[in-house]
Amino acid sequence: MDFSFTEEQQMLLDTTRRFVARDYSFEARRKIRETSPEGFSREAWKALADIGLLSINVPEADGGLGGSPVDTMLVMNAIGEGLLLEPYLSSAVLSSKAIALMGNEAQRSAFLPALAAGEKIAAFAHDEHASRFDRMAIGTRASPVGSGYVITGHKSAVVHAASADLLLVTARIESGAIGVFLVPRDTSGLRLVPFKTVDAVPAGEVWLDQVFVPATALLDGNEAKIAEVLDTGIAAICAEAVGALDKLLAATVEYARNRKQFGQPIGKFQALQHRMADMVLHIEQARSMSYLAAVRCNDPDPALRGTALSAAKVVVGQACRFVGQQAVQLHGGMGVTDELDVSHHFKRLMAIELQFGSTDTHLEAYAAQLA
Amino acid sequence: MDLNFTAEEQAFRQEVRDFVAGALPPDIRHKVLNGLILERDDYVRWQRILHAKGWGGPAWKKDFGGTGWSTVQQYIFEEECAAAGAPRAIPFGLKMVAPVLMQYGSPKQQDRFLPRILAAQEWWCQGYSEPGAGSDLASLKTRAVRDGDRYIVNGQKTWTTQAQYADWMFCLVRTDPEAKPQRGISFMLIDMRSPGVTVRPIITMDGAHEVNEVWLENVEVPVEHLVGEENAGWTYAKFLLGHERTNIAGIGIAKRELARLKRLATIETKNGKPLIRDPLFSSRIAQVEIDLTALEITNLRVLAAEAERRAPGPEASILKIKGTEIQQAITELLVQVAGPYGLQLRREAMAAGYQGDPVGPFYTVPLGPNYLNMRKLSIYGGSNEIQKNIISQMILGL
Repeated sequence: MDFSFTEEQQMLLDTTRRFVARDYSFEARRKIRETSPEGFSREAWKALADIGLLSINVPEADGGLGGSPVDTMLVMNAIGEGLLLEPYLSSAVLSSKAIALMGNEAQRSAFLPALAAGEKIAAFAHDEHASRFDRMAIGTRASPVGSGYVITGHKSAVVHAASADLLLVTARIESGAIGVFLVPRDTSGLRLVPFKTVDAVPAGEVWLDQVFVPATALLDGNEAKIAEVLDTGIAAICAEAVGALDKLLAATVEYARNRKQFGQPIGKFQALQHRMADMVLHIEQARSMSYLAAVRCNDPDPALRGTALSAAKVVVGQACRFVGQQAVQLHGGMGVTDELDVSHHFKRLMAIELQFGSTDTHLEAYAAQLA
Repeated sequence: MDLNFTAEEQAFRQEVRDFVAGALPPDIRHKVLNGLILERDDYVRWQRILHAKGWGGPAWKKDFGGTGWSTVQQYIFEEECAAAGAPRAIPFGLKMVAPVLMQYGSPKQQDRFLPRILAAQEWWCQGYSEPGAGSDLASLKTRAVRDGDRYIVNGQKTWTTQAQYADWMFCLVRTDPEAKPQRGISFMLIDMRSPGVTVRPIITMDGAHEVNEVWLENVEVPVEHLVGEENAGWTYAKFLLGHERTNIAGIGIAKRELARLKRLATIETKNGKPLIRDPLFSSRIAQVEIDLTALEITNLRVLAAEAERRAPGPEASILKIKGTEIQQAITELLVQVAGPYGLQLRREAMAAGYQGDPVGPFYTVPLGPNYLNMRKLSIYGGSNEIQKNIISQMILGL
């Protein structure tokens, strides 16, 4: 039992936080959000690459840092604090992890160094309209033809799809198994409608109509490996949530100290104090579960891993809902404005709560394995 | 970061498990695992068994005859004891007054009292709450007036758990009525057999006699039974409450009761299927189990922090609130499992060896009374609202 971080891990956290403090203040983020055509900053992306953060999920053999999920957790904590809009989760976590886990030599060397260097961006195109309650309910089909496959299907709300050079598309191969295909963004037959989700994160609706890819585009994947990638994603956003939750609580406490009504700071009122104490309870339980998510997300036992990750998603999701809503509530009218960072953290937490399966979906999954 | 127990800790767990499996008397285990009524003697016997093994003081330093275990070892010990069906340690002597005596008591007091606590030769109770001093403990009015080499004590204590068994009471009394409330309090040890001590039962809504009123009328207390300095009792009281909260998450007991819930939910049925396979009910069980998983990690985080700081911090309030909420949620679900039999209130049937007619399955007998009894959890040891005050003041600085 050890809750401490290594010196290198502490440095990782500090480095990411320094980046946020220097380059990603709330005002800097607003500018990126409002003026950048892609919805995030290429400069910031390059900076993240330069300090090595994009290579954590790339194995050392492929030129990366070969970091652990705990390393990712700490970086995601800071990303959640700063509400980064860059495709860290899509490219540096999900896609890098997927290629590292399922790619052959050629596929790895073609993409991993470029992803780690920030020269290429990848997006993980898995979710579909029907897969939100059953993450393996994938309707996209890949039919073998000659020297490759023809893929047809519809992927929903693919985060950072529009800026990606490469999409990792999950599709059901005729045998019934699910495979993962490396599909360049500019492949003919791939249509993309970009939009922004509530948290200002750029996403894209992706249609694949008879998209041909060569056989070399198929990773050596299966449902178990895809599940491991998705579980890595759950652990990452649980950590991101903890960063955002910490920020929201700090902002709320600060506001309650300064805002005066009835001749005193509103933080002196017990009704509000107890609400903030409840926020602490939710956040500490969420932090504990983000630790559990990090240490279990690459566990070789899929049952143990799935149960732990579902449990984490439930606790973190409920914390997102409670803390987010109470932070807005305690800020009063200011809480609902676009002007304060509170509403922006609130919206990110709203998205995290739904990403990779809602709270109820995971509660149900956990309950199903009890009997 | 590593959430696994070390190999040494796992070996320790096995050692505890093996010992408890062999040493816990089957009649006591039967009572605990079935929610039956425990007698004074059950607690005493188990403490003496532990003492004979050298494990009487899991949280005590070796100098005082304790085990010298780390906080994690203590945690493992409590978890294993609870899982095996051992009675919980009676806290008033072992976990409450003992740490105060070790820290602030005179060598004479330590020699006089600590060995008898360890060997369960003397039973202690806590004289804190008064009719007018609950959450606002510092407003207590029980008065102690110095008269030569003794104090004369007058007043009334209440909610005094197991005072009917107690040989001694550690007691907060007012020695300086002029000072600010916290400044005029002293901490003293009162012999329950002293003339002028009257214990009157308070019956709780489950029909149990656990708590009492204790009346003190011109009770003589020798000055040698004052702990530490006169009027410094508030410091000792706060120290004690800090220790009380450390163990209040009750992870081990919650795990045992959750296992009971899951077991009974496989026996009871709905629509011809075990309750545990009902989507709604299994989700309720899942929620509690998930919350407990999170609390277990939070608890271990607090222990790790404590091991470095050496004193329980305000984070203990988090454990108290969540721990009691979870334990209470389990008792609610257990009533739901029992259905109408969860409404029976038959204390006579909760005694071991009851031979009367059964009403519903045997396992349903204690579930209703247990739900009623466990409402106390969020009230005692500093109510959960007081814990939230502590969090907002000590952690958030409001």
